[in-house]
Amino acid sequence: MTIASTSFNPPASATRADVAAALARRRKFAEWRFKAYGMVAIAISLGALAILFTTIVRNGYPAFVQSSIKLDVFFDPAEIDPSGTQKPEDIRNANYPKLAQAALYKLIGLESSDRKVRRDANQMLSQSVDIQLRDMVMKNPALIGTTQPVWVLARDEIDALLKGSISRDTPEDRRKVNDRQIGWADKLVADGRMVKRFNTGLFVNGASSDAETAGLGVALIGSFFMMATVLLLAVPLGVAAAIYLQELAPKNRFTDLIEVNINNLAAVPSIVFGLLGLAVFINFAGLPRSASLVGGLVLTLMTLPTIIIATRAAVAAVPPSIREAALGVGASRVQTIFHHVLPLAMPGILTGTIIGLAKALGETAPLLMIGMVAFVIDYPTSPLDSATALPVQVYMWATEAERGFIERTAAATLVLLGFMVVMNAVAIVLRQRFMRKW
Amino acid sequence: MSLEDPVNEVPTMEQGRFANIAVTLHEPTAAPVSTDAKIKAHDVSVFYGEKQALIDVGIDIRDKSVTAFIGPSGCGKSTFLRCLNRMNDFIPAARVTGSVEIDGVNIYDPSIDPVQLRARVGMVFQKPNPFPKSIYDNVAYGPRIHGLAKSKADLDEIVITSLEKAGLYKEVKDRLLEAGTGLSGGQQQRLCIARAIAVNPEVILMDEPCSALDPIATARIEELIDELRQNFCIVIVTHSMQQAARVSQRTAFFHLGILVEEGETSQIFTVPRETRTQDYITGRFG
Repeated sequence: MTIASTSFNPPASATRADVAAALARRRKFAEWRFKAYGMVAIAISLGALAILFTTIVRNGYPAFVQSSIKLDVFFDPAEIDPSGTQKPEDIRNANYPKLAQAALYKLIGLESSDRKVRRDANQMLSQSVDIQLRDMVMKNPALIGTTQPVWVLARDEIDALLKGSISRDTPEDRRKVNDRQIGWADKLVADGRMVKRFNTGLFVNGASSDAETAGLGVALIGSFFMMATVLLLAVPLGVAAAIYLQELAPKNRFTDLIEVNINNLAAVPSIVFGLLGLAVFINFAGLPRSASLVGGLVLTLMTLPTIIIATRAAVAAVPPSIREAALGVGASRVQTIFHHVLPLAMPGILTGTIIGLAKALGETAPLLMIGMVAFVIDYPTSPLDSATALPVQVYMWATEAERGFIERTAAATLVLLGFMVVMNAVAIVLRQRFMRKW
Repeated sequence: MSLEDPVNEVPTMEQGRFANIAVTLHEPTAAPVSTDAKIKAHDVSVFYGEKQALIDVGIDIRDKSVTAFIGPSGCGKSTFLRCLNRMNDFIPAARVTGSVEIDGVNIYDPSIDPVQLRARVGMVFQKPNPFPKSIYDNVAYGPRIHGLAKSKADLDEIVITSLEKAGLYKEVKDRLLEAGTGLSGGQQQRLCIARAIAVNPEVILMDEPCSALDPIATARIEELIDELRQNFCIVIVTHSMQQAARVSQRTAFFHLGILVEEGETSQIFTVPRETRTQDYITGRFG
C-alpha cells in the first residue's frame, strides 16, 4: 500500500495519501470483521454439534451394557415335567420364574417365607427369565433335572441402581428400589454374581414394555427392508429418469414443466408423502398397514427427486467435449452415455444416491402416517409384515418414562447416527474410487 | 457444443506469427492433388431458431486434399463443418436445409444413419478431448464399437498403425496403458487424430485443431495434416490465415454466413476475386 501511494502520488499531495491510508484501514477492518463473523458462526455450529453429541453419548452409552445375574438354576423335574414324559404342554406351561427365584433366594441367602420379602427379591429379576428358561428347556429337554449356570437380566430398576441413575440418597419411600433390594444387589455385585455385560439384546430384541428387554431388532429389520426397497426402486428409476431428462429428452415446455415439478417435489414436506402413502398404498392399493414395503414405497417417492437432481447435476458436469469426442468417432447417443458419460458421472451419482438413502433412513414423519409406530414383538420375515424403523423406535422410546428407556432412546439415536456416518463414509470412499481426471 | 469460443482466438493469432518457422522447416509433400469432388454441398442453410447462421452455401470439396475454411468469428465456418458429419443434429434449435452429398449420396436423406455417417466422417475438435482412459483404449474405442477388429491382435494392429499414422507411436509406445489425459496438449491432439483415423474414415473434419496448442505442437500437427492428405479428404477450419496458406490446397472464405469465395489456396491469398476476401486476408477487418 505504501509503495503504491508513494509511487502514484507525488509528495506534494500528502492529503491524498492520508485519505488512501484511512481507506486502507477501514478496508482492513471490514475484512477482519467479515472473517470474525465467519469464525464465530463456525464456532457456534461446532459448539452446538459438540453439545449434542456429548449429551447423546453420555445418555446413550450405559444402554450398551446391561446388568445380568448369574444364577445356578435347578431345572426341577417336579415343576417342569411332573408326569416324567416330557410332554410339550408341560414344558411350555411350567412356572420358570419360580425356578429362577429359588436360585436367587439361595444366592442372597433368603430363607424367610414372608411374601413381601420374597416379592422384593422376585422383583430383582427381569420378567424375561420366564421365556429365557423356557426356550432353553424346549431346545434341550435333557436339561431337566440338572443345575445350570444361567445369566439372566436384572430388573430395569436394579440396572438403573448399578448405573447410578437411581440415587441411594433418596428417601426409601420415594425410591423405586428399597433398602433390602439395595443390600441384596450389593451382595450380588460383591460376590461377582451380578455384572454389567454387553447388551446384545439392544440389537436383537423386539418391542417390550420392560426397558431391560426392549431392543432394536425389529426396527433394524424394518429399516433394512425399507432401505432395500428404496435401493431397488428409487435408484434405478431415479438414475434412468435423470439420464433421460438430461441427455435424451427434447427440451420443450413439457420437459421444463417436469423439471420444475421434480425440483418442487424435493421440497415437499415428508409428512405429505406419508399422507400420500396412506391414501394410495394402504387405502387404495390395499397393502397392509405398518408394513415395511409401504414404508419403503413412501420413502422411494420421497428419495426419487433427490436422486434425480443429484444424478442430473453429475451428468451435466461431464464436459461436453467428452460427448463430442465419442459422437465424433461414430458412437450413438446411448453408447456415448453408457461408455463415457455414466462412468464419469458415477461418483456424483453414488454420492447423491447414498445421501438420498441416508435421508430416507432417518425419515420419521411419513412412517408415522402409515402406521409404523407399532408395538412389534416378532421379527418381520417379509416386507409385508408389520415392522418399525430405527427413527420411529427412537420416537417411541422417547415417549417412555423409565430410566432404561431414556438410555435406550439415546442409544438408538447413536445406532442411527452410526449408520449415517457409515453411509457417508461409504459415499466418500466410492467417490474417491470412481473419481477420474479428464 | 459451443460454436466459436472467442476466448480461443487470442492464442491463434500468436501461433500464426510464430508458426511461420514451420514453413521453412517442412516442405509440403508432392502428392498429386486430386480433382474429384468427395463432398458436394448445395444450398446449405442452417437456422438456429429464427436466426439464419448459414445462407445457401454450395461448395465442392475434393478428395485427397486439404480444404481450409477461413473467416472471422461467427461467420458460419464451424457451423458448416458440423453440417458435413451432422454434428448439428445435437443442437435442438438447429435446422439444416439443402443437401450435402458424399460420394453422391445425400447425407441428410432420411435413410442415412447419422451414427454410421460419423464413422465415415471423423472429427477432430478445437480442444484436445481424449477420453479419460488409457492411450490404447482411446484409439481402440472406435474400432471396438464398430466391430472393426476380429481379434485382440487385429485391434493391437489398428491401434499401433493409427498411432503411427498420427506420428505419436514412437513417443507413447512404452506407455500405451497409461492415461491419455497425461500427455501434453500437442500429443493429446495427435492422439485425437489417431482416434479419428482408427475407424478408417474417408473424411476428417478438423475444427481449429491447433488453436489450443503451442507453435511447436502446431507445426507437428500441420506436418501430420499434410501427410494424412494422401489418404483422406481433410477439411480444416482455422483462424490462422498463415495456417490455411501452409496446409491447404483449396481455401473457402466465409463471411456473415455466406461462402464469399472458394478456390485454389494460392489464388485466394494472392489474387482474390472478391474485395471482402482481400480485405480480410490483408487484415482490414476480422
